[in-house]
Amino acid sequence: MAFLRAFGSYLPSHVVCNAELSERLGCEPDWILSMSGIAERRYAEDSETVSELAVRAGADCLARAGTTPGEIGLLILSSGSAERQFPGPAAETASKLGLAGIPAIDLPMASAGSLFGLAMASRLAATHGPVLVIAAEKMSSAIAREPLDKNTAILFGDGAGACLVHPNEGPAQIVDSCLHSDGAFARNLRLEFNEPVYMDGRTVILQVSRKLPAVIRELLDRGKQTASAVDTFLLHQANQNLIVRIAQALEVAPERFYSNIARYGNTSSASMLIAAAEWSAQSGFTASQPVVFAAFGAGFHWGALLAVGS
Amino acid sequence: MTTHERILAVVQTVAQKPVPADPEESLFESGVLDSFALPDMVSALEKEFGVKVPDSDLNPRKFDSLSRIESYLGAHA
Repeated sequence: MAFLRAFGSYLPSHVVCNAELSERLGCEPDWILSMSGIAERRYAEDSETVSELAVRAGADCLARAGTTPGEIGLLILSSGSAERQFPGPAAETASKLGLAGIPAIDLPMASAGSLFGLAMASRLAATHGPVLVIAAEKMSSAIAREPLDKNTAILFGDGAGACLVHPNEGPAQIVDSCLHSDGAFARNLRLEFNEPVYMDGRTVILQVSRKLPAVIRELLDRGKQTASAVDTFLLHQANQNLIVRIAQALEVAPERFYSNIARYGNTSSASMLIAAAEWSAQSGFTASQPVVFAAFGAGFHWGALLAVGS
Repeated sequence: MTTHERILAVVQTVAQKPVPADPEESLFESGVLDSFALPDMVSALEKEFGVKVPDSDLNPRKFDSLSRIESYLGAHA
């Protein structure tokens, strides 16, 4: 299995606080905070594209890794909010990063896209060399569409995260990953072209409350690890109440689950890598300590990945 | 205790709120349950009635009222 070499991120500078959003949506700022744990989020400029967000996160990741574009063998880019039906933003992002000519794969997946990208990269790095995984989302465009739905509009923000998966070296080794999909729920959380996000929140929460702890247990059981032994959990930042629920289900203190959702909201597939980039800059991997990445989202797609400090 | 009384006790324990007398009334629309209490209620029902609700049955509509819960458990418990 491959190694996690470095993370990177980019957050637009425009901060949208709950007071500003509540005026637009006709709700109270405190209601937003209590329902989601979100105090503010970032919105990209109207002219800023998903690819441009991705380029900034990718460049940050390469700089932190001390790697030149010429060393990259493959780009995987997840986004559920890309502007075009085709082509996706992967090839354009690769070109702007100086990676033109290498394969650039689009994963048109929200929420769990970065987790799936990391899992794929961990296997493809052996044949392609270092893999740059990027997740970039401009959810503000989707939630601005009429009719406005306060239940979804309060959640989402814009941003991008990145991770360099290296075949031979890095501060943590990817040990294993478990991925699952169930299209029976495809209509319960979706974004149609030119329509706002649709989310059947009750079904999503009911499903994720069971599936995410289950897949984390599946992963840890395979690796003969326990949740109590995991140093840090880096989850898709969907909702703070949900993160606490997952911690309770696994009987782990919520403090072990890194959270930045209060500041950035739910940035869909980008959120897990943005969280990882912040966490690695603040503390990072410790030798032999397990770290679990996990995500759940539209599809439904869900999964978990285990990395151990090297 | 009847099945209805056992279900009522589970819902009241999870919700920590009075439950509507009308068994057809929505537990969500009446404000008894919110989205985050729903998974707790399903888990508590599984424990009380010794059943395992498969993921494919994790549909809020099946647990939206006391009568719907009773119908589901009647078919599966």
